[in-house]
Amino acid sequence: MTISRKDIEKVAVLARIRVDEEQVSALETDLGNILDLVDQLAAADTANVEPMAHPLNAVQRLRADEVTETNQREAFQAIAPATENGLYLVPRVIE
Amino acid sequence: MHNKSVAELSRELESGKISSLELTQQFLDRIKSEDGQFNSFITVTEEQALADARSADEQRAAGKATPWTGVPFAHKDIFCTNGVRTTCGSKMLENFVPPYDATVTENFRRAGAVCVGKTNMDEFAMGSSNESSYFGAVTNPWGLNQDEKRVPGGSSGGSAAAVAARLVPAATATDTGGSIRQPAALCGITGLKPTYGRVSRYGMIAFASSLDQGGTMARTAEDNALMLNVMAGFDPKDSTSIDRDVPDYTATLNEPLKGLKIGLPREYFSDQLSPAMEQQVRNAVTEYEKLGATVKEVSLPNAKLAIAAYYVIAPAEASANLSRFDGARYGYRCEAPKDLMDMYTRTRAEGFGAEVKRRILVGTYALSAGYFDAYYLKAQKVRRLIQQDFINAFKEVDVLMSPTTPSPAFIQGEKTSDPVTMYLEDVFTIAINLAGVPAMSVPAGFVDGLPVGLQIIGDYFSEARLLNAAHQFQQVTDWHQREPQ
Amino acid sequence: MQWDVVIGLEIHVQLATKTKIFSGSSTAYGAEPNTQANAVDLAMPGTLPVPNEQAFRYAVMFGLAVNAEIERRSVFERKNYFYPDLPKGYQTTQLERPIVGPGYVDIDLANGESKRVRIHHAHLEEDAGKSLHEDFHGMTGIDLNRAGTPLIEVVTEPDMTNAEEAVAFAKKLHGIVTSLGICDGDMSQGSMRFDVNISLKPKGSETLGTRTETKNLNSFRFMEQAIAHEVERQMDILEDGGTIVQETLLYNGDRDESRSMRTKEEANDYRYFPCPDLLPVEIDEAFIEDARNRLPELPDARKARFMDQYGLNDYDAGLLAGDSKLAAFFEEAVSHGKDAKLTANWIQGELSARLNAEEKSVAESPITGAQLGYLVVRIADNTISSAGAKKVFEALWSGESDNVDAIIDAKGLKQMSDTGALESMVDEVLAGMPDQVAQYQNEEDPKKRKKMLGGFMGPLMKASKGQGNPKLFNEILVKKLGG
Repeated sequence: MTISRKDIEKVAVLARIRVDEEQVSALETDLGNILDLVDQLAAADTANVEPMAHPLNAVQRLRADEVTETNQREAFQAIAPATENGLYLVPRVIE
Repeated sequence: MHNKSVAELSRELESGKISSLELTQQFLDRIKSEDGQFNSFITVTEEQALADARSADEQRAAGKATPWTGVPFAHKDIFCTNGVRTTCGSKMLENFVPPYDATVTENFRRAGAVCVGKTNMDEFAMGSSNESSYFGAVTNPWGLNQDEKRVPGGSSGGSAAAVAARLVPAATATDTGGSIRQPAALCGITGLKPTYGRVSRYGMIAFASSLDQGGTMARTAEDNALMLNVMAGFDPKDSTSIDRDVPDYTATLNEPLKGLKIGLPREYFSDQLSPAMEQQVRNAVTEYEKLGATVKEVSLPNAKLAIAAYYVIAPAEASANLSRFDGARYGYRCEAPKDLMDMYTRTRAEGFGAEVKRRILVGTYALSAGYFDAYYLKAQKVRRLIQQDFINAFKEVDVLMSPTTPSPAFIQGEKTSDPVTMYLEDVFTIAINLAGVPAMSVPAGFVDGLPVGLQIIGDYFSEARLLNAAHQFQQVTDWHQREPQ
Repeated sequence: MQWDVVIGLEIHVQLATKTKIFSGSSTAYGAEPNTQANAVDLAMPGTLPVPNEQAFRYAVMFGLAVNAEIERRSVFERKNYFYPDLPKGYQTTQLERPIVGPGYVDIDLANGESKRVRIHHAHLEEDAGKSLHEDFHGMTGIDLNRAGTPLIEVVTEPDMTNAEEAVAFAKKLHGIVTSLGICDGDMSQGSMRFDVNISLKPKGSETLGTRTETKNLNSFRFMEQAIAHEVERQMDILEDGGTIVQETLLYNGDRDESRSMRTKEEANDYRYFPCPDLLPVEIDEAFIEDARNRLPELPDARKARFMDQYGLNDYDAGLLAGDSKLAAFFEEAVSHGKDAKLTANWIQGELSARLNAEEKSVAESPITGAQLGYLVVRIADNTISSAGAKKVFEALWSGESDNVDAIIDAKGLKQMSDTGALESMVDEVLAGMPDQVAQYQNEEDPKKRKKMLGGFMGPLMKASKGQGNPKLFNEILVKKLGG
């Protein structure tokens, strides 16, 4: 399976990673090689095999609906890039 | 003192021959004088360590000591430490000081252990050589007398190098595809990746959630057991942690191995393995036979697909796990973003290194419309086939043994140009993570003056048996005691 | 050309749990920004989700209430997209294995018919935070208090064909979730949010047209307007030979206009996959039985009971039973006021009008059910006239007093019902108006006579200082004037 420049550009947008022109070429090779490695999967006979999402056949525990957290805003916002009036600031969102 | 094990140091502290403050100062001094050549620490927490040592001495004086009270050790910089910078080897978290502890961190704190710092690692635990760290590569303490420096393995290369170089007696580590066992093997120390779910993942920065598992690194199996005693256990904060009793892992170390059934997976003694490496591993197996074990060949027919399945599942999970690093709430944010898209794309382009970006892009691709079935779903099915291989094997034998790596520590820079060559480093370790079973790497000889690791794989929750097998081996061999020159 | 309108709804219902779906942070509304956003909600590195049992209980109760199948094994997935109000960069939701399977709700229409709207499924997921667009030096402020609040998203089949049906369904669903107590139903605060999918197809055609999704409908009135608006827009385009673009529209109720949300349109590929931090959730029979035992009376059952117990007609019963708070108000009032029909009239008349005018919900009514009940008692026993009752209502509403009888006394609203006294007043007034009396008696047309009767009421009320019982005055007048 080869991966095209267009694929790489599309995936980079989905992943929100800026990729420069010259990086695309290197990624084309690297990602192409990785996908070649991965393409071995196609040979495996997986008819009637259930996909495995977790190593252990366990089921989810549920938590009681009790408030266990307290206000830690100051501690969390002390490490934030930009805040004001208790809000996290990001470049303007236009809907 | 720096050559002593955790068990020995614990006894020294208990007997009053040395205080934790003195001991901690000795290790801190050693890190200061020696780590320049290894770069195994990202952060050394001198002040905090000395304060913790003082309170450990007080605890001991008050008669409230555990085996860990006052014993120095280090955390891989993937475990969040309240008030102490936690970088995960990334520029993204260069200045990230979490206001909370990982459960593992909390457990060691409660046991009274003294953390002297945070060890270097491949960025976001993605790598097998510790060369992808934003904080620089780590040098393997072994092979320093040779012309070119060797890698310590990865991703827990800092922890492995620090333990091998006697900068700490023990260090925490994590293993997603071999990140404990491979560096342990390359640095000539003992490491254990527990069963998935045995150690809480809370506060351990995620790479691939269904594969990540915290574990132990020290020079002896006994010290690994002491570490696991602290780390293992159910955590209500981690939905995938298992509510199951934790045995005292030191209690069974001295059980005799007579009758232990060892399986040698045919696929792990293939032509990828050099004859010299194979000889060392076979010699180790012979030692086990002398200890009363029986040996037979077994097969893991789907193991050859493990790397392919892993490089779909791990990047796919990582691509989502690393989306939170967006510059909005913590961590790196690019300079003067002109709009939201610019903030996201530049923050992530500048904050992540090349290998992390490659894996995010591969994972994003594998999950994207049109490819999900061929890649992700297929990989999950192959994962089940691989798990079934292990389940079948453990119907026949008690443990599996194999080399941990195909070759000893390689030269820095040798494999950085081609990601796939690097990925093949984990050919013997990756299937274990996919299945979720526990495995260790135990020092088992040398090739060209470089350590060789024996991998011992067990059935689910058989950590006690693995540690017992490793400990007995270490009673009749001294590979784990060799010190790099 | 004639067109068929096809409408499906997606409804986000905020569950009234104490804590978030995956963390122990409080969900209380109105807290200072980010004071209820903790490590897990902020997606701090290494943090992990642990699901809230109550969210599952509520989802199961909802499923049972809409006659749906409860899935014994449900799975959380990650829906990947970047947005500042979504801290993890993915929303944890359910896709392939939702907790609530197919079900249905029957709605009543104005023509007296009832219609079944099928529910495709309902799934559990987490809410996002809020973006505040006030100007912070050209930046947007993010409040993550809401991030992680549990939601069930209810997805209907495209079974509705006009705004009336869609609104009837929405109101019915509102009544169900508020009756269950799993949601506070406050649409203005976003506790229930409706998205409407609309498409048009040539009348009788089997093929569905391209649909649009209109979001941000925070009242039933806006929903009705938005549907009308969008149907008209699509019809205009189609009639002109144009094609409909599949897009998401944001409706502005104050301006009655919608605009395309362009930023969300670019290449959506959500890359769903099962969340590896969470295990499959298994719901057993005991859990379902427990949820079933917690089910309160639902709107359909309540309506039937109101008709039976209070003798209300279908319309009144449906209206009062549809909303749990309104129903509770009615029952409190009628327990004091006795006269159910009169109580129903006052709730749907004066009370509703005042609540609407001041944009208050029944829960915020300054008048209690008990007070309205006492008021009804005084109307029914002729202590006050309906004009007087309105004055009492006014005094209760403004908080002048909370006691009906005290208000009647203080304002002197008690009617005179002493027939002897009233008769002498009538005699006196008639004696002073001989011309009008003659005119009345010469008039043949009963209608005109009835109208002329009104001419005597003014002076009579004046003579009685407004306290004469108008009904009795009327009777006496007719008698004295000779029919």
